[in-house]
Amino acid sequence: MGGGFADSLRAAWALVTGFDARLAEIVGLSLGVSASACALAAGFGMAAGAWLAVARFPGHRAVVAALNTLLALPSVVVGLVVYLLLSRSGPLGAFGILFTPRAMVVAQTILVLPVVAALTRQLIADAWRGNGEQLRSMGAGVVASAALLLLHERLALVTVVLTAFGRAISEVGAVMIVGGNIDGVTRVMTTAIALETSKGDLPLALGLGIVLLGLVGAINGLIALVQRWQGAHAQAAGQ
Amino acid sequence: MSTALIEVRHASVRFGALTALAEVNFSLHAGERVALVGANGSGKTTLLRLLHGQLRFVGERSAALDGQGREPAQAMVFQRPFLLRLSVWHNLLLALWLARVPRARRAGLALQALQRVGLADQRDRPARVLSGGQQQRLALARAWAVRPRVLFLDEPTASLDPGAKREVEQLIAEFAQEGMAVVMSTHNLGQAKRLATRVVYLEAGRLIVDAPTETFFNHSLPEPAAAFVKGELGWSP
Amino acid sequence: MVPLNRRIWIAGVCLAGNAVAVAAAQRRFIVMASTTSTEQSGLFAHLLPAFKAASGIDVRVIALGTGQALDAARRGDADVLFVHDPAAEEKFVAEGFGLKRLPVMYNDFVLIGPKADPARVAGKDIAPALAKVAAQGAPFISRGDKSGTHAAELRYWKLSSVDVAASAPKGYQACGCGMGPALNIAASSNAYVLADRGTWLNFKNRADLALLVEGDARLFNQYGVMVVNPAKHPHVKAALAQAFADWVVSPAGQASIAGYRIGGEPLFFPNAAR
Repeated sequence: MGGGFADSLRAAWALVTGFDARLAEIVGLSLGVSASACALAAGFGMAAGAWLAVARFPGHRAVVAALNTLLALPSVVVGLVVYLLLSRSGPLGAFGILFTPRAMVVAQTILVLPVVAALTRQLIADAWRGNGEQLRSMGAGVVASAALLLLHERLALVTVVLTAFGRAISEVGAVMIVGGNIDGVTRVMTTAIALETSKGDLPLALGLGIVLLGLVGAINGLIALVQRWQGAHAQAAGQ
Repeated sequence: MSTALIEVRHASVRFGALTALAEVNFSLHAGERVALVGANGSGKTTLLRLLHGQLRFVGERSAALDGQGREPAQAMVFQRPFLLRLSVWHNLLLALWLARVPRARRAGLALQALQRVGLADQRDRPARVLSGGQQQRLALARAWAVRPRVLFLDEPTASLDPGAKREVEQLIAEFAQEGMAVVMSTHNLGQAKRLATRVVYLEAGRLIVDAPTETFFNHSLPEPAAAFVKGELGWSP
Repeated sequence: MVPLNRRIWIAGVCLAGNAVAVAAAQRRFIVMASTTSTEQSGLFAHLLPAFKAASGIDVRVIALGTGQALDAARRGDADVLFVHDPAAEEKFVAEGFGLKRLPVMYNDFVLIGPKADPARVAGKDIAPALAKVAAQGAPFISRGDKSGTHAAELRYWKLSSVDVAASAPKGYQACGCGMGPALNIAASSNAYVLADRGTWLNFKNRADLALLVEGDARLFNQYGVMVVNPAKHPHVKAALAQAFADWVVSPAGQASIAGYRIGGEPLFFPNAAR
């Protein structure tokens, strides 16, 4: 297997340095779909998670348990459900977005929404536990408290979004089913890897995998650098 | 007798099996400066939260309502103030926003408040890098900015060094002189003696003594209260 | 502030992704449901650009098992079908989901197995070959996924008088997977497997496998094209789909099929009715 890995590294290097147009297209689509899904999931998920952390109502514990269960939602299941919804024979077929990137965004948004919501809820609930009383004393209701705590915990929320992004860009089950892995239209990195694997071109498949990991690593590194710069900036302002 | 600003009667508070307050009667009038004293767990913080209207309880609570049926404006300062990860300035503005102060007036009030507590030169610094004393002064500015008629304080100087303690006490005394009613819980009997017009002693959720300061410190007290004071001060009155 | 920078970056990528989607929607295109083995043979990469040049129509291929492809078409999620299971295709037309079925081309199946060939199957005859595999209890990988290839495999077992449904021979394993994964499994466990020539020629992970049985007329695999019936699904792009069906059986389309070679060898043999 050692030879196999060496071949994969060589394949990965060739892919990256070759600036293959089709690879660029696939990478671009992966980033676009997953980033869009994360942006949508972040918008709704953070609001829902923060609200859930602060609000109290009968059945609250059941809702939190249900949300945490959705963290384990298998991507194939999401793909299947979204496929049935978007199929021409399904309730939302009239939109005609099956087998297009839009369907993939929908599926991935549904997949990572619980991730964002559950992690946000945990984060905000911890902040609320210590400080909720003071916020209420100042006149903050549920919505204002949720919003202020989101603002207060914004740095930690970056990690939540990155986690969701990682989940989205690495999943294959959902985008395969609702996208169809159509060459040049809905082929993303993970479905390309699946295809090359089933064709038996394992070095290329692994090479693509290495490129994918490298990409996510680069994004994480970039975010970390920006946060470092922000921190240094705040320190300087502190003087 | 002037109408009470805030009053509770036969008030009891239970957290699960624990009784935090039992059958407490208390009324607060304008111009009063009340010190709540007692051991840890005696119910001082619970009484504060109850007076501030932040707790579920059994009994009656009433407040003097204004023409529009609103309670008198209140603010509370805690032992460790919760400051958002924002600048001093923004923390103040947000407090004014939460108090529904019209947007046009916020900046002016915020600036005034900062100047009042002597933090105007810190306005753009992140609030959380301030020293303990500065943070507490910011909390006081936050409270003062909304012009409360009643100011609640829960052990406001317990975490501060002597210098900061003096600064904060000074501000509290000045606010009281400007007309704010003050209810403050404290471990520090010397502080109670310096600042309060009235001292309330709580034990195990019961209000045992409620007397003017002069009376509390110079006349004989019921036994548990006397033991407490002796323990804190090292001598009995 | 960090969130603002991140939001701008995310918005930029979103816009780029959206632009791609919008641009795609404006081209003329049809969705074709075909099989994984056909796609993996590489035929479409050769054939579809020729069609695009002739007609300006994009063909978007979703590659599934034959059963799934037919189901997708029944649901109206595809405009045209290109599969290789004549019996299932005729049923599809009879049910009213498809317009006329047109034969297009054929390729052939081959029996792959370990170079050492413990069951001694090498030759030109599929029936005795499979009988020997069953008798020996040699490992055999079946796709088991209701695909055209799987249906063909079951027919050949019947020819060899082996009833795999009733009592599978020792060593018979169904993976419920596509042609490539089945070959992967066969490669790593030195097993026999029935494959289509196209996937085999493109397969890179051969290990110790070799082509052992070929040339039996019964191994030929007939492809057909069907336009999905717009009476059942009004949104189907029937005109564009018909243009594809007409082109692929026309001399130009048939020539393109014949021109597709791997290592100089043709893979598919055009046989549309004249």
